[in-house]
Amino acid sequence: MNIEWYVVLSSLLFAVGAMGILLRRSPIVILLCLELMLNAGNLALVAFSKMVGNQQGQVFAIVVMVVAACEVVVGLGLIVAIFRRKLPLDVDSLRELRG
Amino acid sequence: MEAVLFFGAALGALGGAVGVVALRNPFYGVLALIVHLFSLAVLFLLLTAAFVAAAQVVVYAGAVMVLYVFVVAYVGGSEEPELDPIPGQRFLAPLMGAALFVELSIAILGSSLLAFETHGADVNPGFGDPAGIGKLLLERFLLPFEASSILLLLAAVGAIVLAGRRSEATVDDAPVSASPGRLSPGVPGEADTGASTGAAA
Repeated sequence: MNIEWYVVLSSLLFAVGAMGILLRRSPIVILLCLELMLNAGNLALVAFSKMVGNQQGQVFAIVVMVVAACEVVVGLGLIVAIFRRKLPLDVDSLRELRG
Repeated sequence: MEAVLFFGAALGALGGAVGVVALRNPFYGVLALIVHLFSLAVLFLLLTAAFVAAAQVVVYAGAVMVLYVFVVAYVGGSEEPELDPIPGQRFLAPLMGAALFVELSIAILGSSLLAFETHGADVNPGFGDPAGIGKLLLERFLLPFEASSILLLLAAVGAIVLAGRRSEATVDDAPVSASPGRLSPGVPGEADTGASTGAAA
């Protein structure tokens, strides 16, 4: 398969993830859609790494996975904290910081 | 053979992604994301990235998704209310997503990189195996490697601070664990939460 296919698939997955973030209101699902976008970026990185025949792109992909794991841990911690305080799990209800 | 594998995995990845966006119950969304991650691991294998594919399955589809399942089970897989607070959100969001895809596709296909039309560089059989990636990580990228380990530690500490039992005391404006009576039942639970979050990370 040509590299083109992989990169177009990655942009399609990124667009689906972005659409999910715009569409959904549960913070858990928004985190899941963030994962989709990060993984689309990973697919593009690995595809470009194959394209130029250099392993450094794969190291980048692993670092992106580390960052994604950190983001998940902090995000889920926030969700648990919101749930503990009996606040609604809905990003449209949590608008105290809105200007 | 390669084309069959590619289209199968691409369909799985796309179906999983659409499932995450479309399914109303977050628990099914997590399961759809697991399908998506496994399909991506197949794509990584097709791109001769064996170590990244293994890390994807073990770290992502294993550890991170278990963390998600635990949190969804804890907060309860509540379904979203149907009403739309933002008028037209249901139409605008897919429109924006389609616009983003068109824009990215124009950027990719218009870049006229000749290497796009090829199968990629011819690589030796050891390309992307753990030995090569580990050598790169520990020699050329040693500083980013250490920085990411510090980032993981900070994330684990941050999760304990955010989700720890102590936050309830601050909500109630109670004296923060000064009295021994508050301290003794609170501490074991706090330690449990921290240990499980850190281990899953």
